[in-house]
Amino acid sequence: MAPGTLSPAARRNPRSTMPREVARRRRHGGDRAWHPTLGTGPLPRVLTLLALALMAVVWLVPFGWGVDTSFKSEVDASASGVDWLPDAGFTLNAYRTIFDQGNLPVWAVNSVVIAVCVTALTVAVSAMAAYAFSRTLFRGRRVVFAVIVASILVPPQILIVPLFRQMLAMNLVDTYAAVILPQVVAPAMVFILKKFFDGIPRELEEAARIDGAGNFRVFWSVVLPLSRPILAAVAIFVFINTWNNFLWPFISTSDPQLMTLPVGLSTVKDSTGLRNAQESAASVLGSLPLLIVFMLFQRRIVKSVATTGLGGQ
Amino acid sequence: MTSVSTPARQAAADPRRAKAKPGSTGWFFATPFLVFFGLFLVVPLGIGLWMSFTDTSLTGAGGSSFVGLDNYTEAIGDGQVWRTLGNTVWFTVLSSVPLVLVALVMALLVYTGMPGQWLWRLSFFASHLLPVAVVYQVWNMLFQPDRGMLNGLLDLVGIDGIGWLTDESYAMWSLALVTLWWTVGFNFLLYLAALQAIPDHLYEAAALDGAGAWRRLWSVTLPQLRRTTVMIAVLQMMASLKVFDQIYLLTRGGPDGATRPILEYIYDTGFTNYRLGYASAISYVFFGVIIILSLAQLKIFSRRED
Repeated sequence: MAPGTLSPAARRNPRSTMPREVARRRRHGGDRAWHPTLGTGPLPRVLTLLALALMAVVWLVPFGWGVDTSFKSEVDASASGVDWLPDAGFTLNAYRTIFDQGNLPVWAVNSVVIAVCVTALTVAVSAMAAYAFSRTLFRGRRVVFAVIVASILVPPQILIVPLFRQMLAMNLVDTYAAVILPQVVAPAMVFILKKFFDGIPRELEEAARIDGAGNFRVFWSVVLPLSRPILAAVAIFVFINTWNNFLWPFISTSDPQLMTLPVGLSTVKDSTGLRNAQESAASVLGSLPLLIVFMLFQRRIVKSVATTGLGGQ
Repeated sequence: MTSVSTPARQAAADPRRAKAKPGSTGWFFATPFLVFFGLFLVVPLGIGLWMSFTDTSLTGAGGSSFVGLDNYTEAIGDGQVWRTLGNTVWFTVLSSVPLVLVALVMALLVYTGMPGQWLWRLSFFASHLLPVAVVYQVWNMLFQPDRGMLNGLLDLVGIDGIGWLTDESYAMWSLALVTLWWTVGFNFLLYLAALQAIPDHLYEAAALDGAGAWRRLWSVTLPQLRRTTVMIAVLQMMASLKVFDQIYLLTRGGPDGATRPILEYIYDTGFTNYRLGYASAISYVFFGVIIILSLAQLKIFSRRED
């Protein structure tokens, strides 16, 4: 948003503009005869709806096809690309095979444990670091922060080999620690959090300091409570990434008891050869947890992305 | 991502206004992150840099001796490095442009407030939640030359099927299409958030001046989204340059190396040919290219901001 367009109140406190504007639109939007980006009359509305429906169909068809295939027999699954109704009827065979051969409960528990640990650790250490770079002074602060921002550019794939050798040397291969610890480094999250902390009004902090609060109190009782939406956004990003991460958990564990859902499901595939229905069933099982979470918390997640400040500026 | 210079932000960035004392507990707050950062990013980066000056092999055979700049001179003269780098850039162009434009169109359409908001947001964002293995599984079925749905659909309208992943002239486009489907949802959400942040009074003023819907789109909405567009374009370019997973799974870089990105060449050199030292050197050449491109972008965009 260009500086010149802010209202006076917003200029004093840029953080407050967005929710207020959104709230105002919610309250008053219905009174207005026209929409900001829509013409008057029924035609634009009809065309917009048609375009939305068309794009939604295009985006949902691959999902539908995957789910459809997972309920087919293997013969039908590899027969034709356009028949949604299989000749031999729908069956649960593909799911049965996976449940019989795989170790789904163990993998699901591993995925949850690992994703929760990585998310909690990442949010904790990133928020503390962001606070240090945003609100405290110490020697080398600027240089260290510049190095962290620059490290966002490192392609993670080039770290895999050295990291694996490190894990061997530290005797951590095939432990939860090996899967979890390297994933905690998220320089982009420190950057996003620092940007948000910078925008929290100084007055609140100064008031607390006059009351005798030190850095810990300011961090815990002023900064963190005001940052709930951004912390939620960071947690969501990290959780999605960790849940779907394949390469690192795959390389750092060979023990089936430690595998995550994506890694475990891929081993079921390998042991039975290429099979469309079974692979589709594995895909459905592997993606279902996150999709359900998203459907339940959609409004929250969408709002969180907005609060990263990435969206508003 | 680019520098923001509202008055409030300048004040916030001014350390003199902070009441914290120099040398206070700042280091304490930064230390936990820095320990992770050092152990799992700086150290492996350093190990990789060291390996790039040696002939380290994955099998450990022959030990690893210092070879100076040999790996780097080899990389500069290696045609595969430049070809796969070219493929990577080509993919970045093919995927980034639609990933920005389609996301913008989606957000503009959803922002109109049509009924069914929940469904539209779910449709456009849900694919972003899929693990890459699932993306591979579904699209591999759709792309099958004989029994895949896409060729089946072409057949229905009387067009001969094409080799989506097997024909050199289509393969990269197909991969860009998959990437668009998979990742457009995130850009869509960023655009949607930016649209919701455009102040109403701008539209009201434009309407008072007699601006119609198209005029408001061109004179208010799109200019207001410029900053977001720059940011999305930069983030998207960085993400596209790092492409590896979906290409490796869908084409293994084929047909005939036409879609092989540089990260796959690095992977093949290290894991298939066991030449870890040389693979590290190529990694660092690539890293250098990324840094140069980022600095160039930063320069272009920060000049336009002024």
